[in-house]
Amino acid sequence: MALQSLDIASRSATTTPSPSMRETAEVAKLIDVSTCIGCKACQAACMEWNDLRDEVGRNSGVLDNPRDLSAASWTVMRYAEVEEGGKLEWLIRKDGCMHCADPGCLKACPAPGAIVKYANGIVDFQEENCIGCGYCITGCPFNIPRISQKDGKAYKCTLCSDRVAVGMEPACIKACPTGALQFGSKEQMKDYAAERIADLQQRGFQNAGLYDPPGVGGTHVMYVLHHADRPQLYRELPANPTISPLVALWKGVAKPVAAAALGLVALGSLFHYVVKGPNEVSKEMEKEVEE
Amino acid sequence: MASLAPTFGRGAMTNHWVDIKNADVVLIMGGNAAEAHPCGFKWVVEAKKHNRAKLVVVDPRFTRSAAVADLYAPIRTGTDIAFLGGVINYLLTKDAIQHDYVKAYTDFTFLVNDGYAFDNGLFSGYNADQRSYDKSSWGYQLGSDGYVKTDPTLQDPRCVFQLMKKHYSRYTPEMVEKICGTPRDQFLKVCETLASTATPERTTTVMYALGWTQHSVGSQMIRTAAMVQLLLGNIGIAGGGMNALRGHSNIQGLTDLGLLSNLLPGYLTLPGEKETDYRAYIDKRAAKPLRPNQLSYWQNYEKFHVSLMKAWFGDAATKDNHWAFDWLPKLDKVHDVLQVFDDMYQGKVNGYFCQGFNPLAAFPNKAKLGAALARLKYLVVIDPLATETSEFWKNFGEHNDVDPAKIQTTVFRLPSGCFAEENGSLVNSGRWLQWHWKGAEPPGEGKADIEIMAGLFTRLRDMYQAEGGAFPDPILNLAWPYRIAAAPAAEELAQEYSGKALTDLADPKDATKVFKKKGEQLDGFAQLRDDGSTSCGCWLFSGAWTPAGNLMARRDNADPYGDGQTLNWAWSWPANRRIMYNRASCDASGKPWNAKRKQVWWNGSAWVGSDVPDFKLDSNPADGMGPFIMNPEGVARFFALDKMVEGPFPEHYEPFETPIETNPLNSNPQAVSNPAARVFKGDMEVFGKAKDFPYAATSYRLTEHFHYWTKHCRINAVLQPEQFVEIGEDLAAEKGISAGDKIKVRSNRGQIIAVAVVTKRLRPLTVNGKKVHHVGIPIHWGFKGMTKPGYIANTLTPFVGDANAQTPEFKSFLVNIEKV
Repeated sequence: MALQSLDIASRSATTTPSPSMRETAEVAKLIDVSTCIGCKACQAACMEWNDLRDEVGRNSGVLDNPRDLSAASWTVMRYAEVEEGGKLEWLIRKDGCMHCADPGCLKACPAPGAIVKYANGIVDFQEENCIGCGYCITGCPFNIPRISQKDGKAYKCTLCSDRVAVGMEPACIKACPTGALQFGSKEQMKDYAAERIADLQQRGFQNAGLYDPPGVGGTHVMYVLHHADRPQLYRELPANPTISPLVALWKGVAKPVAAAALGLVALGSLFHYVVKGPNEVSKEMEKEVEE
Repeated sequence: MASLAPTFGRGAMTNHWVDIKNADVVLIMGGNAAEAHPCGFKWVVEAKKHNRAKLVVVDPRFTRSAAVADLYAPIRTGTDIAFLGGVINYLLTKDAIQHDYVKAYTDFTFLVNDGYAFDNGLFSGYNADQRSYDKSSWGYQLGSDGYVKTDPTLQDPRCVFQLMKKHYSRYTPEMVEKICGTPRDQFLKVCETLASTATPERTTTVMYALGWTQHSVGSQMIRTAAMVQLLLGNIGIAGGGMNALRGHSNIQGLTDLGLLSNLLPGYLTLPGEKETDYRAYIDKRAAKPLRPNQLSYWQNYEKFHVSLMKAWFGDAATKDNHWAFDWLPKLDKVHDVLQVFDDMYQGKVNGYFCQGFNPLAAFPNKAKLGAALARLKYLVVIDPLATETSEFWKNFGEHNDVDPAKIQTTVFRLPSGCFAEENGSLVNSGRWLQWHWKGAEPPGEGKADIEIMAGLFTRLRDMYQAEGGAFPDPILNLAWPYRIAAAPAAEELAQEYSGKALTDLADPKDATKVFKKKGEQLDGFAQLRDDGSTSCGCWLFSGAWTPAGNLMARRDNADPYGDGQTLNWAWSWPANRRIMYNRASCDASGKPWNAKRKQVWWNGSAWVGSDVPDFKLDSNPADGMGPFIMNPEGVARFFALDKMVEGPFPEHYEPFETPIETNPLNSNPQAVSNPAARVFKGDMEVFGKAKDFPYAATSYRLTEHFHYWTKHCRINAVLQPEQFVEIGEDLAAEKGISAGDKIKVRSNRGQIIAVAVVTKRLRPLTVNGKKVHHVGIPIHWGFKGMTKPGYIANTLTPFVGDANAQTPEFKSFLVNIEKV
């Protein structure tokens, strides 16, 4: 089955139903941390393909650079030196959007169509609809989206939805020299991960496993970890990520406002800019209001 | 190159990148493939994934390679011979060697001259005043038939096996720990893992790079590992080999085409100044077999040489003028880069052409280099980038603090294209010549290097023609048959180095038939002749462009045997053979040692296989021809005869700047460091001492950058923007340094300031009873480019090279550090 259908499965703050005529396989990027050498080819490829040029920064005493994700750096390598049983391990994790099946960013987003989830699982930001409120950041359990200083909009990895749309793999996958990054259907990736995990277990990593956290409904970016029992070793990869209760909280507080705002949809983005507040509705909110 | 050729006969990676996937054990030592060769490193990952290979990394630092290794052992920089000598001792003591292999395919049984000796750090024949050896005693015992005497029982105390065993018996695990600082248990684990491949069923591949070459004993480090591989029976075998990973994409091509100062193309050698007789020059190089029935392929030297001279001088090279022998320069000594810069420093050089080379950044002791360049009348820089060298005269504040008013050198900068802006072939580490096509025009006034050189040459020739001059013959007679004289095509040059017939060639088997017409491309070096009827610009590349066309341009990755040899992908020297010495993958009878890893075999009448046999195709195994066909012995050498400057067996010598100031293996003050390494006047004095500079420093590359080029690229600059130095947590605590602090690093030659990266990946080692810290110095910064301005790391490094190859000792020197 083709991986590239870009039917939209859900859309932020939108009431119109999604198309469901076609069946689309879910895609996944698999990051095999055990064969990653931290070369940053993925970072370079991401900048090249997406036409991003971050600032030439400084060295702050670590190999990580850029030091953190930014509106122009959608993926960064995070290096962790840990000692396990007296043995040094250098755990290098490619960080970036996990493309959750249940995306907290999309759930939190008040701007219609600023965040979409495609039927193949890719979660994409449509910056032209973004109002820069930053709620996606609150909604994200992995601390991924970043607001641009330049245009005030939120950016993150698109899983190269434009490339995937025409049957190509994401740029980082293509650039990865060791095959630590793989791309395919989520099912294929799970099969491949199982082989890698068996290899790692045979090499003494008893707790090797797949990171596909159920708290967010699983992800479309998964890790093979040597120590799947302790994801936090990998520079604070959350052990059990869930959507922030704040997302639910603001919905509660905003409920009456939201009800009033229902009639103001036409004023749309202008209004958002003025009040900079949660004055838009998500599908769930709408449901709550109607109940 | 200077180590593998004396051992196996040819100086290049024995196997190739893809073949690494066939290994059972991968040893990365003297290199950091994941960091410096990330694309090739995929084959290590393949070996791990599909061959259950174990990756072993031995390095002073816990590197990116170590991050994915199964076994890591630390080692003090510059002590690899002690470590590997310890491995040899382990293998011999535990009898973990492949007996049939070493007996048949090495010099194990050969008897050595009675005059040869080794005592307290020195081999026989040392002359302390000249810092060199009289090597006459480093030879074989020859019989009256001219062949080497052997003792198949291996009992004779003068046989290579016995001498080697004695030599390395001193390299005990305790001694290894004392010198290298490698904890004994970790050393022994590495030994056990390597020893697991002493059987025909399993192989180790050794991957190394500049971490071995860049020492004053670099060539001998490589030789020690080559000896380990021979003991394990891992040379000539898929998944085995000594795999030299080259530091530039085409550096293999550079040495192949003879760009080292003492070489001609194809590893032919320039005559010395006393070699004025053509016949004597040839005879010395056309070595006759030293054992019965051996091929000794260099016997064909004259065919290669004459064909080269025909390619260069065309009709002007005749039998009567000894094929223009007198037009070749005759060497008084080796004129490597260190020598040339020392001459320049002494004011003996007027002008210097610097093509694709940034010596101010890339060579040691920046202060000396800068002073040398300032004594030139002119400097020509041919480069795609505005290099530091081309602006050595300009003041860049603390990073290049010079006074331009005091420098009178005229600098010409000729912008060239880069590899992507021209057609041509690159030779990769695995000896593949891969053709590539121009992707874009050079920007601005940039021109391809060939065009720049052709323009310089034709103008010079015209001036000699018009005005005369001293000894114009080689310039006026140089053949220049290219269609556009000012811009020869890469295709024309490729055809020239592959070779063609100059007259109709008669079939050697039937003289009545013509098998090559005049002007036709040859099929390979076997067709070269010494009578002037063939021309070939590089015999080793002969066959790259045949009547069938440009074989380097092939892109068929079919792999019918599943062993990754892909004979129709590009073209590999020699003769498209992918694994050199592959005859050794079979036993003496011509049967593969390992039926599951068949490469070539004797089918009863010929050698055939999944690879092109690196052998005489019709040589019946019963005749006993050895697999190392370039060596007159037919076998590989543990005992290197007179082919290495500092001794026939590798011996550990300390770096010239040693943190322990003694060599635990001897008590001889002359033999602390390499007694035969060349040290220029004034440079011995600027070696630092441990009391002032207590830390062992080593310089290296990062994945994010390529040498001094990519700091000119925005994306690379984003990925690693600013100069840093790596130190361990212990040293940081001792010195009160935190990650991110600026620190000053000083050697006896200068200082740099950089950000401190504090890491667990560098740990102090206990060496000779003393705690030794390492300081890691990435090299990539300078005062030009997109990255934050930085210091040239080679401000710190010592001006001394490997005794054989003269590669500078960038990897081991002494520094002190302090917080700024």
